[in-house]
Amino acid sequence: MGLTNQSTGKSALKEMLDIQMNSADVVVALAGNPNTGKSTVFNSLTGLNQHTGNWTGKTVATARGNYKYKDKNFVLVDLPGTYSLLSNSAEEEIARDFICFANPHATVVVVDATCLERNLNLVLQILEMTDKVVVCVNLMDEAERKMIQIDICKLSKLLGVPVVGTNARNGKGLSELMKAVYGVSHNQIVTKPIKVTYNDTIEKTIEDIETKIDLEKSNICDIDL
Amino acid sequence: MKKNVMPLHLIPCGKSAKVTELTSYGNSRRRMLDLGLIIDTIVESLRKSPSGDPIAYEIRGAVIALRSEEASRIIVELI
Repeated sequence: MGLTNQSTGKSALKEMLDIQMNSADVVVALAGNPNTGKSTVFNSLTGLNQHTGNWTGKTVATARGNYKYKDKNFVLVDLPGTYSLLSNSAEEEIARDFICFANPHATVVVVDATCLERNLNLVLQILEMTDKVVVCVNLMDEAERKMIQIDICKLSKLLGVPVVGTNARNGKGLSELMKAVYGVSHNQIVTKPIKVTYNDTIEKTIEDIETKIDLEKSNICDIDL
Repeated sequence: MKKNVMPLHLIPCGKSAKVTELTSYGNSRRRMLDLGLIIDTIVESLRKSPSGDPIAYEIRGAVIALRSEEASRIIVELI
């Protein structure tokens, strides 16, 4: 009754993060600010019908679906929308834990073309954690209507990762997106993410913590062996 | 204090203001920064809820409602 060995502790965590059903599957995380059309991108790619709606916090847990591209099976994980990965809400924790600890083969960050500026905060935070990122500038039709022009090539050059403009509602740009995801996850596209340099105090502290973590990691490995 | 410098929750609806200081701390500060409320950001007060709290603001292209508790820690200058 109640809590069992399988439902708690390490195995529960494993169940949550270990979504690789098959070693040949490619795991792709879908992250982004709230209301940028992540679920629409998810549905268009997988052909599933996850509920989409125009309100914040709609996706509270992760949904997953599959799609095939070039004979590879891609497992797409729809994460809750977040403005950041640093504050302490439940959704943000889910998104952060997944990107940090589940080691997806690629992370797609969906951003809203109509307010790119506010979305780039999250992009930078994700780029600090992983190199394997594709930025998907969604809602290109909305932006066009609002007379906003986005230089995708320049954005890609500045961020150092592939950037694809899409309009998920009618499926525009999704084949390019799949191509970019394929390239990044199979190391055919080498990304060189922009690196934010903080002031000396912060940089030094980061360095200190990094060496400590590396030390701890090697200790843990020793115990395992 | 200069005459047109005040906490964000006090600016009238329809007026815009520029952030001059962020006095919140901890997670709340982090959250405000994530929303794009850094110094010199232009914020417009859009409308109040019936009880006057929370208030909807336009911040960098998105409409976001803030409680007075949070907004009062954002010091702005009316423009």
